[in-house]
Amino acid sequence: MPVTTLASYTIERVEVLRTDGTVDEALMPGLSAEQITGLYGHMVLTRQFDDRMFKLQRQGRLGTFPRVTGQEGAHMGAAFALRPDDWLVPAFRETGALLLRGLGMSQLLQYWGGDERGAAFPASLRTLPISIPVGTHMLHAVGIAWAMKQKGERVAVLTIFGEGATSEGDFNEAMNMAAVFEVPVVFLCQNNQYAISLPYGRQTAAATVAQKAVAYGMPGVQVDGNDVFAVYRVVAEALERARSGGGPTLIEAHTYRVTDHTTSDDARRYRSEEEVQEWRERDPIERLALYMKQAGLLDEEKETQMRVDADERVALAVADFEAIPPPGMEEIFAHVYAEITPALAEQKAESVSRLAGRG
Amino acid sequence: MARLNVVEAVDQALRQEMELDPDVIVLGEDVGRNGGVFRVTEGLIDRFGPERVIDTPLAESGIVGMAIGMAIAGYRPVAEIQFSGFVYPAYDQLVSHAARMRTRSRGEFTCPLTVRMPYGGGIRALEHHSESMEALFAHVPGLKVVVPADPYEAKGLLAAAVRDPDPVVFFEPARVYRAIKTDVPEEVYTLPLGKARVVREGRDVTVLAWGAQVRTVKEAAQQLDSEGTADVEVIDVRSLSPFDFETVTASVVKTGRAVVVHEAPRTCGFGAEISAQLMERAVLHLKSPVLRVTGFDTIPPLAKLEDHYQPDANAVVEAVKASLRF
Repeated sequence: MPVTTLASYTIERVEVLRTDGTVDEALMPGLSAEQITGLYGHMVLTRQFDDRMFKLQRQGRLGTFPRVTGQEGAHMGAAFALRPDDWLVPAFRETGALLLRGLGMSQLLQYWGGDERGAAFPASLRTLPISIPVGTHMLHAVGIAWAMKQKGERVAVLTIFGEGATSEGDFNEAMNMAAVFEVPVVFLCQNNQYAISLPYGRQTAAATVAQKAVAYGMPGVQVDGNDVFAVYRVVAEALERARSGGGPTLIEAHTYRVTDHTTSDDARRYRSEEEVQEWRERDPIERLALYMKQAGLLDEEKETQMRVDADERVALAVADFEAIPPPGMEEIFAHVYAEITPALAEQKAESVSRLAGRG
Repeated sequence: MARLNVVEAVDQALRQEMELDPDVIVLGEDVGRNGGVFRVTEGLIDRFGPERVIDTPLAESGIVGMAIGMAIAGYRPVAEIQFSGFVYPAYDQLVSHAARMRTRSRGEFTCPLTVRMPYGGGIRALEHHSESMEALFAHVPGLKVVVPADPYEAKGLLAAAVRDPDPVVFFEPARVYRAIKTDVPEEVYTLPLGKARVVREGRDVTVLAWGAQVRTVKEAAQQLDSEGTADVEVIDVRSLSPFDFETVTASVVKTGRAVVVHEAPRTCGFGAEISAQLMERAVLHLKSPVLRVTGFDTIPPLAKLEDHYQPDANAVVEAVKASLRF
């Protein structure tokens, strides 16, 4: 009986921007100076926003939230490749992508501040609200992508999740169904090496997340997630392939969570400062700044100015956020069903009268 | 007017809703070429094509999760879960996302989807094919839970579910899929979700049921009537969520006695909720405690013992007599 090879595969890793700020010209995506400056500006804004949110949280002015510092290259390079009529189906560590989609910082502060009105992302932005349960939202991206294909809209859906999500059953169902139905969806895994405390090697025995694509019959590729040009290039290609009927792609953005999981976590319990420091040196924003300085798009003065401008915008957003009146109790009942049910109407009336009695 | 069974009535409702609204999509395991394992979706793929009648991979969570995305993007998916005993992988999608997308997004995104599934015992099936776990869904804010008892209801309630702006879990009584035929108008109609139906008026005791148990209760009521023991008012609940406590309370205020019948396990079954509601709304009218006739708090047994698990007309008769004796 002969033994034949039925399948074999290779997994590619794409890098464009080196840590010294030089680029591989052959792989450099076609971005204008204006686009690069705009993307850099958004990344700086996201970093300053994340810093300020952290301070607000420590001061008790904001609830628990997940930081994105160090992952701007991964999720923002990806979201920058979206067109306004594409869809974004996020998890929860994509602040920069949400800003790129046009959401206001004060609205995001409102959400992380515990006011659910902040999650009312306008439907016109085609950006689903933050999804807290890990690894279940990718199926919604598949359904939306099916709908876009059925309607004949030439658009794609980007869904973002972490490497922890790839262990969940719904990752399998989403990848499988996307490939079977050949729908226009791009799966972007921000592999930041840790799911709270669990390191990558304990999450999966696979050498890469990207290779998981092979089993589903779709392309899989790894990119340096701290290299915003590589991420943009690979995601833009995958989105375009999806829009033109070429089906789904899995992209692993290999990055690192230099911060704690959330503001409630203490990552010092499970990893060394040396390891974190190594990754801090691969910072995506600093790397992009080096490139821009060499390309004549940025100098020290402009760099400082952009940070100052970002801080000012953040300060304004914080002021706006803190001026929002607290939600009324009736908000609890407002959106459970399109039309309030008799039972809910009773419960609402009960709680209103209880509140009035207290007053 | 044609006499249809439940299977044919559901098929007709789906066919008509798909004719009326091009955004209605049917998806599930074996629903296309095979017409569903119970043949409920028979012929739909020939009429509407594989783009609107989708054979999916074997993945319950995937079916419901994908339906959520379709619904968000403007479609009205009707997902079939082959048996309610296999819905649990999709429970997470229903509870964590379908039920709360409207709340989470403050109404920016909604999930007008229907999840249909055969439920209940009495079909001599394998393990996992006889479950009656509707209470698990009725407990979830944001979901609606509907259980038709006969073909006329199945057609009208399903049409209403498909058109409803919120997610509806639609339990189809497998035991009476083909066992009951009623007159079903050919024309399109809907029955309101959240409204119970007084099937039979009576003075002495109110007996409430849903799904296949409505037939059992009607048998019991007839027996009690012919014996001259009791004049039973029978209420077909139809919708566990929203629950029509107005109709139910009015009936019990009149009769002063209530018996709830369901084949689901007793503890935390929906009968417990009805009993609690009646305590709150009608305690001074009650002449006896609200009694329950239910399945046991056990795993539903396989075929040989199944008849001991299912409440039958005798059990209902005994409970009514106990209520009258109190």
